[in-house]
Amino acid sequence: MTNHVIRIDNLAFRYPDADNVCLDIRELHAEAGDRIFIYGPSGSGKSTLLGLLGGVLTPERGTISLLGHELTTMTPSARDRLRADHIGFVFQQFNLIPYLSVTDNVLLSCRFSARRHSCAVASGTTLHDEATRLLDHLDIASELRHRPVTQLSVGQQQRVAAARALIGRPEIVIADEPTSALDAERQIAFLELLSRECIAANATLLFVSHDRRLASGFNREIALPSLNRAQIAQEVA
Amino acid sequence: MKYLLSLAVRSAWNRKLTLGLTLMSVALSVALLIGVERVRQDAQDSFAQSVSGTDLVVGARTSPVQLMLYAVFHIGDATNNIHWQTCKDIAANPLVAWTIPVSMGDSHHGFPVVGTTTDYFAHFHYGEAEPLTFRGGKPFAGLFDAVIGAEVADHLGYRIGDKITLSHGTGDIGLTEHADKPFTVTGILARSGTPVDRAVHVSLEAIEAIHLDWQGGAKIPGFSIPAEYASKFDLTPKEVTAILVGLKNRASVFKMQRAVNEYPAEPLLAVLPGVALDQLWQVVGVAERALLAVSGMVVVVGLCGLIAVILASLNERRRELAILRSVGARPMDIFLLLSAEGLFITLSGTLIGMALLTALTATFAPIIQSHYGLMIAPRFISPDEFGLLGIVVGVSLLASLAPGYGAYKLSLADGLTPRI
Ligand SMILES: Nc1ncnc2c1ncn2[C@@H]1O[C@H](COP(=O)(O)OP(=O)(O)OP(=O)(O)O)[C@@H](O)[C@H]1O
Ligand SMILES: [Mg+2]
Repeated sequence: MTNHVIRIDNLAFRYPDADNVCLDIRELHAEAGDRIFIYGPSGSGKSTLLGLLGGVLTPERGTISLLGHELTTMTPSARDRLRADHIGFVFQQFNLIPYLSVTDNVLLSCRFSARRHSCAVASGTTLHDEATRLLDHLDIASELRHRPVTQLSVGQQQRVAAARALIGRPEIVIADEPTSALDAERQIAFLELLSRECIAANATLLFVSHDRRLASGFNREIALPSLNRAQIAQEVA
Repeated sequence: MKYLLSLAVRSAWNRKLTLGLTLMSVALSVALLIGVERVRQDAQDSFAQSVSGTDLVVGARTSPVQLMLYAVFHIGDATNNIHWQTCKDIAANPLVAWTIPVSMGDSHHGFPVVGTTTDYFAHFHYGEAEPLTFRGGKPFAGLFDAVIGAEVADHLGYRIGDKITLSHGTGDIGLTEHADKPFTVTGILARSGTPVDRAVHVSLEAIEAIHLDWQGGAKIPGFSIPAEYASKFDLTPKEVTAILVGLKNRASVFKMQRAVNEYPAEPLLAVLPGVALDQLWQVVGVAERALLAVSGMVVVVGLCGLIAVILASLNERRRELAILRSVGARPMDIFLLLSAEGLFITLSGTLIGMALLTALTATFAPIIQSHYGLMIAPRFISPDEFGLLGIVVGVSLLASLAPGYGAYKLSLADGLTPRI
């Protein structure tokens, strides 16, 4: 039918206890290998959009399909499975589980998804070696890997989180303002690393930020307020 | 699933201090609960076995519980005695194998004095048909010989050969001493955990002898019979307080009971000790059940503390739960993760509590035995205790569902972005 990795059509979403529609998007399509930068001011619904894509929020109307799977017709646990198998997430901050080692944090994705587990070892390596390879690529020095994750700097934590998002070659990588706690130089460095790894894995990258200056290096750029008809309606009102 | 469990354990380990403390409080409350239950059980057993092998206890007509109280526990006074002739008649009954007459009314520093015969040491049994044994010395033989229970010996520091004087009446103060007729301790009984431990045993003749110069509960003024002349008198007892009766055949117990109750010469009462002890336990057992209820509440408080700790940590763990959600954990997994923690802590708390109790029992049982005469047998968990532990674990399982459910709701509401 289509080779769209992400397909949003005619979507409307409202938080259960809210009066206004939070998101109203007519159309958003992404293809394999797309690296999309979505920006918008705080409160414009960026995180909400990612929650919808992750299948933890359900739209009031419209359809969201990921890799040809229609989220709205799936059971919650099937959506959880789809998310585990095909999406890697990096969040703004506090991405790591404090009581797990660096490697165990990276491998967390493979623990909840058999598919990502088998993809990670597909090239004949062990899970551990695959985690090590990604951490090497993301410039996490080997002596850091034995430290408690709480002793890593924020930038290092974000790179470990990126390794977790990338392991097992998910088709989609979603990053929700992962650089907002970093200084300008490190923001650029992190973005470059993330883009490079997504290109290497041929993953579709969806990156949201309120900071439009980070948009260079992406091949598509979307302003959420112009996409979101709800926002326009609210501003007019 | 296995991975979830290992996550639960590692997460718990990360908060080991708080959880360790709650674990200890669960362990202590479980140890307390089972400890109280064991003491209760053992107290009841040792109570129920204060006398064994005795088929009937006979006394003047009164209530069965009262008869048991003074005949076996030496508490309170008999309102009426029974005649010596009655004793002889009962002993002569063809159904009867042995009788132990007992005569009460005197005391020694608050410990009851029991006038009896040497048959007492031969036929009185307690526990699972255990005979009385001597820690030292031998039964009384001379007129002014006394055999004392272990508690009397330990409490008053008596040894064989010590001289003691008896007091007229029971109680500890304001009593007249039979100072002119001292007794010699000839034997000390080994501890049995029964009222025997607290008794001073002398012969029936000795009871007669010390009351030769008494009348109606008071010393006859200006009249005194020295101890060395006492044996010149006829010391055949005129009355006794009660008789413990052993039958040749237990099957005839009801027949004998009826015969005693219908004894024509004076009104008598014969009770089956087991039945009367059960009735007595109904009275004193209330305290024990109250104790058990209190320790049950301690367990509930311990479990509430556990749940409070887990619930309180829930907010701190919202990020952790959101991360798990983002890598594909289902709300159900989050629920299990949190519930497993509560269950894990109660299960290990229960195990540690039982280990603690076993260690404590092993250490302190001999001390408790020698101080209180209460035998706390080290043992494996009994079916009753399994029931109690089952209730504890069941309640904790239910209680653990609360934080599990809280986390479930939170992770549904939070989705991937925890809000604090
Ligand atoms: N659980 C919720 N219930 C009700 N309203 C919510 C909820 N979460 C967010 N909102 C509202 O939805 C709107 C979008 O929120 P969202 O978190 O998606 O914004 P955002 O673009 O990610 O902002 P930021 O850049 O600050 O992270 C906001 O107006 C917010 O108040
Ligand atoms: Mg946001």
